[in-house]
Amino acid sequence: MLTILFDGFAYGMLLFILACGLAVTLGLMNFINLAHGAFAMAGGYLTVVLMNRYGVSFYLCLPAAFLVTALAGAVLERTLYVHLYDRNHLDQVLFSIGLVFMAVAAIDFVAGSQQQIIQLPASLRGRFEFFGVSVGVYRLFIIVICGLLTLALQLVSSRTRFGSQLRAAVDDPSVARGLGIRVSAIFAVTFAVGSGLAGLGGALGAEILGLDPTFPLKFMIYFLIVVAVGGTTTITGPFIASIILGVADVAGKYYLPDFGAFVIYTLMVAILIVRPEGLFARSAAR
Amino acid sequence: MSGEAKPSTLEAARASLMRSAALKPFEYLVWLPLPLLIFLFPSKAFLLNEIAILALFAVSLDLILGFAGIVSLGHAAFFGAGAYTAGILAANGFGAPLLGLAAGGAAAALLGFATSFFILRGSDLTRLMITLGLQLILLELANRFSGLTGGTDGLYGMTVDPIAGLFSFDLTGQTAWFYSLTVLFAAFLFARRLVHSPFGRSLKAVKGNRRRAAFLGIDTNRRLVAIYTVSAGLAGLAGVLLAQTTQFVSLDVLDFHRSAEVLLVLVIGGTGYLYGGIFGAVIFKLMQDWLSGMTPQYWQFWIGLLLVAIVLVGRERMTGGLGRLAAFLPGRPARRAAKAPAAGGEDAP
Repeated sequence: MLTILFDGFAYGMLLFILACGLAVTLGLMNFINLAHGAFAMAGGYLTVVLMNRYGVSFYLCLPAAFLVTALAGAVLERTLYVHLYDRNHLDQVLFSIGLVFMAVAAIDFVAGSQQQIIQLPASLRGRFEFFGVSVGVYRLFIIVICGLLTLALQLVSSRTRFGSQLRAAVDDPSVARGLGIRVSAIFAVTFAVGSGLAGLGGALGAEILGLDPTFPLKFMIYFLIVVAVGGTTTITGPFIASIILGVADVAGKYYLPDFGAFVIYTLMVAILIVRPEGLFARSAAR
Repeated sequence: MSGEAKPSTLEAARASLMRSAALKPFEYLVWLPLPLLIFLFPSKAFLLNEIAILALFAVSLDLILGFAGIVSLGHAAFFGAGAYTAGILAANGFGAPLLGLAAGGAAAALLGFATSFFILRGSDLTRLMITLGLQLILLELANRFSGLTGGTDGLYGMTVDPIAGLFSFDLTGQTAWFYSLTVLFAAFLFARRLVHSPFGRSLKAVKGNRRRAAFLGIDTNRRLVAIYTVSAGLAGLAGVLLAQTTQFVSLDVLDFHRSAEVLLVLVIGGTGYLYGGIFGAVIFKLMQDWLSGMTPQYWQFWIGLLLVAIVLVGRERMTGGLGRLAAFLPGRPARRAAKAPAAGGEDAP
């Protein structure tokens, strides 16, 4: 029971790191980016290639995955995404689905359709008992890393000048612009960091989530659930939604294995029917 | 005096609506030779049939997307519901095609009605998630109840009787093509009549601005529920056609890529004038046929590239060419295209 909670928690943390970039993109520019998972996949594949072909250490691969996908995110944002901010949601959905299809086929072409395997370093393998709870070392590692990142994100958004500008821009982009905040520059940086985090999440999650070319499609729904349920105005909203989703998914697969992902889809639809703006939307709280 | 003028105004309005709903002579010229295509391209019978089915599916999506402004990522749920209903009926001895058609359409419409209440509230994102989520739930259910649906193996053992006891489905695919084309044509006429009725006009008002439409006394929620139900039913018919003409149903009918594909079809053809779905289906299927002939495994890449290109160039500009071509069809896509950008964020209440 506690082990399930623990695994679910780790899974949820991972989902949060993967999805928080999407939450900010959606909250800041009202942009539905279905291609977010493609960045995560890019991070995962980069790690696989670096480790298996060039023998780079796993610990070095993680920051590399972050940096490279952040760079890719920044380039794509400046060249492609920037044209789509003032389009309607249908255009954005179509555009990002197009990107996903391209990414899936391209990865399939380059790396093949088989599942990729990452050989974790010995120090991260194995489990140990802790007060009767069986704890996987790698899952603990994920929780620590993601916990630190979450803390850092929270601090940046609440304590720094950049964070308050970001929050102002999320609340009302046009007023923020009127106050002299460079919203588009902020967005570029945030998009890059969000993509980078997705890449890092993809690298971390390759072991747990599995990595093959359909990754962006398979997990798109998970990221969207996090964002739709958690709302986009805070960091805590998506965080709590991720944890709920992670625990529910792991518990659902454990207790009702026949139903697979049925549990979380039902949970999501039920939540959205009751609270269409998400669990933690500020407009709903007012 | 005004009491006398009023009925005549009503008459005029009704006549005007009927005129725009009726097929133009030119359109008969396009539709009538279509059945003969099978004799021209006998080797492409399968492809022709698929085009007709996809066109019907796209027309059904156009009803909610182009005329009511509902963005759905889960329209395949209804396609799949229709396909599985007809498939299960046929596998259990009820192989009459028309019975399957009626049952599949009704089942999908019922599902559409039941789920339509969930899409009335919330933002575009909420709607996307709910439609997608419902489709995924159906997929999981179909996978779970494999005793009934065949699960991942697909539903085998369907025996589809001859249509009305007369025309059996043969290997040349002729019957299938005539059958699918007839259903498509009937559904198209129905949809055409529907969007040019007072109901259809009020729906356009709802799409334009939901709040103002409500101020005019239009019961917006009821309109949306009604059109969603109809659209689901038509999508169900498309699913039935696929199940009956291929005599096979698999989980593929409920897959996400099917919902994405039909959106793409509609985007290629243009939304809001019904012919968009048909043009789009023709272009999409021919392109898929050609691309997958060249690069069997990676044709998705080109589809993705096309999507990105269409959006970046601008849907209005892209379909503008088709729109000008079809400018003399009712619905006047050229005019619609001109004002489409303004109707961008229509339903953010």
